[in-house]
Formats: sequence, C-alpha cells, structure tokens
Amino acid sequence: MIDREQVLHVARLARLELTEDEVEHMTGELSKVLGHIDKIAELDLDDVAPTSHVVTVENALRPDEPEPSLPRDVALASAPAVSDDGFLVPSPQAG
Amino acid sequence: MSPVEYEPVIGLEIHVQLKTKTKMFCGCELSFGDPPNTHTCPRCLGLPGSLPLPNARAIHYGLLIGMALECELAPRSIFHRKNYFYPDLPKGYQISQYDEPLCGPGRLGDVRIHRVHLEEDAAKLVHVGASGRIHASDASVVDFNRGGTPLAEIVTEPDVTSAEHAREWLTLLRTTLRQLGVSDVNMDEGSLRCDANISIRPKGETQLGTKTELKNMNSFRFIERGIRAEVARQEEILRNGEQVVQETLHFDPRTEAITSLRSKEEAHDYRYFPEPDLVPVTITSDMLDTARAALPELPAARQERFEALGLQPDTARQLAWRSELGDYFETALQANGDAGSPQAVANWVCNELVARIGDEDPAGSKAAPGAVAALAGLVERKAVTPNNAKLVLDKLVNDGGDPAQIIEAEGLGALADDGELEGIVEAALAANADAAEKIRGGNMKAIGPIIGHVMRETKGRADGGEVTRIVREKLGL
Repeated sequence: MIDREQVLHVARLARLELTEDEVEHMTGELSKVLGHIDKIAELDLDDVAPTSHVVTVENALRPDEPEPSLPRDVALASAPAVSDDGFLVPSPQAG
Repeated sequence: MSPVEYEPVIGLEIHVQLKTKTKMFCGCELSFGDPPNTHTCPRCLGLPGSLPLPNARAIHYGLLIGMALECELAPRSIFHRKNYFYPDLPKGYQISQYDEPLCGPGRLGDVRIHRVHLEEDAAKLVHVGASGRIHASDASVVDFNRGGTPLAEIVTEPDVTSAEHAREWLTLLRTTLRQLGVSDVNMDEGSLRCDANISIRPKGETQLGTKTELKNMNSFRFIERGIRAEVARQEEILRNGEQVVQETLHFDPRTEAITSLRSKEEAHDYRYFPEPDLVPVTITSDMLDTARAALPELPAARQERFEALGLQPDTARQLAWRSELGDYFETALQANGDAGSPQAVANWVCNELVARIGDEDPAGSKAAPGAVAALAGLVERKAVTPNNAKLVLDKLVNDGGDPAQIIEAEGLGALADDGELEGIVEAALAANADAAEKIRGGNMKAIGPIIGHVMRETKGRADGGEVTRIVREKLGL
C-alpha cells in the first residue's frame, strides 16, 4: 500500500502540484499499480533473467562522426525566455 | 589522557571528459570556448521524439580506461536514467550507468577502483544575477554546448589516507589518462573534475565514520587544501563531542570556507531505472582486441622499465608519473653518447632541472635533453664539479647551448690532476693555521675555512672530496 506522504513525496520529486482530490485519487491508483506488481512477484522467476527491453538488439552504436548542429536562433526559438546567446532560466537556488 | 588521534578515510569520484569528436549520444561536435549554444541538436536539447545513440569511440575509451585501471570489464552493460530537475539537464534526467557499469573493480597504484561508468555531462549554467555568486543570483543562462559531452566517472574505494595522498594519486591518474589519449585532463577547462568523500575515525578503528562529500574541486592544489580543511573541520566536531552530519559541501578556495550545498531531503532520490531508449552494450572480442592494441605503455610499467635501467624507485616513479619528465629523460639518454649513467641523468632532470623550470614542460626548455645528459656525464667524469655544473645548467636553461663549450668559455672546468691543487691546499693550510690545528686535533668541522679558501682560489673548480683527501694527507690523518 502507498500512503499520502509517499504520493506527495513523489509528486514533489516530479515537480507536480496536486490538488487534494488528485492526491486521494493517486493514492488509490498507485496502490493498485503496486498491487499488480505484487501479483507478478508471486511468480517463480528465479531462472529468468531481468528484462529491460522487449527487443533483443544489442550494441546499436554510432560512429564518432560530426553531424550538423542547429543554428542558434533555431535552437532558441521555442524557449519561453532567452538572452542574446542562451536559454534564460530562474536561478536554481532561488526556488 | 592523550587526545584521540584520528585518521582520514577518503574515496574519490573523478569525472573525465572524453576527447571524442562528438557528444555521447548525438553527432554535435565537442567544443571548448565556442559561442554558447552553437553545438546543439534536438537530441542534446532533449526535444520530444529525439532518440539517443551511443558514441562507439566513447565506449572504446571507456574500455581503455578500464584496462589501464585493471578493472573487470563487464561483458554486458546498460544505461540508466538518473532523474532530477536542474536547468542544466534538459530531459529531467541524466543518462548514466547504475548497477551494470562498463567496468567493475580494479586498481591503480595503491588505490582500488570501485567502478568506471559512462554518462553524459550536464550543460553549463552561467549565473547572471546581482553578485554572480552561486548563492545570490536571480537568473541564469544555460549554454548547452557542454551538455551531452561523454564523461567517464571513475569511483575509487576509500583507500586514500590523506590530502597529500589524494593529490599524489590523482597525479598518477591524470598521467595515466593522458598517456591513454582519452582526455585532455585539464582541470582549468573542466575536463577533469574531482569530488571527495571524506570521513575520519579514531586511528586503529575499522568502522567508518559519517562521510561528507566535497564537490567539484577544480585544481589539485584546491583538492589538497579542501580535503585538509574538511578533515580539520570533522576533527573539531568530534573533539567537541558532536556528530558529523552527512551532507554535500562546497569548498571556497579563496576563503577556505566550507559550506553546505544542497538541502538534505532532496539528496540522492534519483529513481534510477533502465533507459528504455537504449539497448545493452555487449563487449565483443573485436572491441577488446582493438582496445588492447591501442593501450600505450602506462606509468606503472614505465616505472618498472626505468628501475630496470638502474634508477632508484623514487626517481623512476617521479619520471614515470610525470610523463613529460619521463619523455625528456628518455630523449636525453638517447641523444648523447657521452651521457652520464641513467641515474645521474635522472638526478639532473628530477632535481636540478625541475628546480629551475617548476611545473613547465621540460620539452619547451632551452636546455636540450642531450645537453643535460652530456652535463651529467661531465660531472660523472669529474670534468666539472657539481657546483659549477649547476652554473652551467643555469646557462643552459637561460640560453641553451653546449655544456662543454660553456665550461670552456667560462673557465668552469675542474682542475686537472697535475699537482696544482696540492699547492693551493698547502697555501690554504698555511693561511688558516688555526683551522689546520683544530683538524689535526680531530675536529673535521674546522675544514670549512680551508675548503672555502681553495674554492675561492680555484673559482669553484676544485673537487671538494679531493680537497678533503689532500688536507688529510698533508696533516698526516
């Protein structure tokens, strides 16, 4: 089971602001997810290697060769705030 | 009761920027000093829908480092997401490695390696607020040129026992990485960065004390001073009967002040999980063969080779650990048929030359390696006294040239063995009858004025040992 404090903790790590209703809803929903995982954990999987991918491809690598970068004005175009040459952000210490 | 003696227990985490052409997961070129945000693309900006693809050369460099540090190389490793929010991290996570790193346990010198893994560097934050200091600015500009640069993180076991030890070992690591050619290892430019995990415990105790993490020290000198300051701080806390708090600290080299960096409740809740956008890396025998073939001679092996030439272990280590000195020494030995013995040449390089050029690369000195080797040979054959040879070296370092010619031109050659010295010693004994009497009485310390007299007369060209021998002979000792 997951409790309210855990939901608030995870929400804060993800920088999510939840309403009271949402906290209650998420508490139930995340508990259900954990319930599913507990169910899976009942299986005897001692001889099965952990899977982190559904494909069996390995070593998809890239040669160390330069490709063109974006022009700076294009890179900055979608940013909410910019300076002359960069992305402008609130000072991380302020928050 | 005598006060408790404490010993530091230190582990190091070193981040090394790899000298690839392009970033870890995209084809943007690496740059240092280019205009901000001119080396970015949808991948290193973390734009939706872009997918990372690992740089094969970064994996190769990781293997080289693992081999040089005698690590166990993982046949298979995977990337994880390390989640945290900070403006220098556009995706909200850093692609790193967690429980399946590229390289496992190893060793370099007297320090065990815990692991080596690959990850991507964060972007650079430039604070533009009122004071420019990290704690008091209002706004920041993000430059993503550095974001995504390949990093190898090298983590040691807590085998480092002092600030000096840390500095010395890091010198060996830097030389090793430089020989490998995998990084510029330049602390000023941030291509080598070091954090230290520091705790202290009463001497003889086996249980570890509470550790603090000293972050991002950007020169070997600061690392040494920072560790020393933090060890002193912890000792003071324990002596006062208080507890060290586990936290991340910042060392200000200007004021030597140590301040807490992050609030504790946010620390280390990174929720690692396997990066779903990347498939596992398996090390093929081809990759291993290529890495093995690219391995150069490393400092430990070079030290052994120097010792086999007859060098003292300390000298061999000094030359091997500062590779530019080792290179100079080897060139010196090869350059001159009349060179002194390897140990004599090494002494002149490690002691006298280093005293004159400090941390500079000797290859840039006006004193050619062959000239220093020849000088060592002239001293060994007693053609010049050690003291006068130092004057010759001064001249070599300032103006270059050939030692034999300088000796000739300046009249610095040792006195020939033709009885001239004997006459001068006799005159010196006559002029310092008091001293001569004392020596006869068994007080050898009184020989100072006699030697001084001879050296003045000969302009330093007399061999001190020879003068002493003649004095004893004349006084019937």
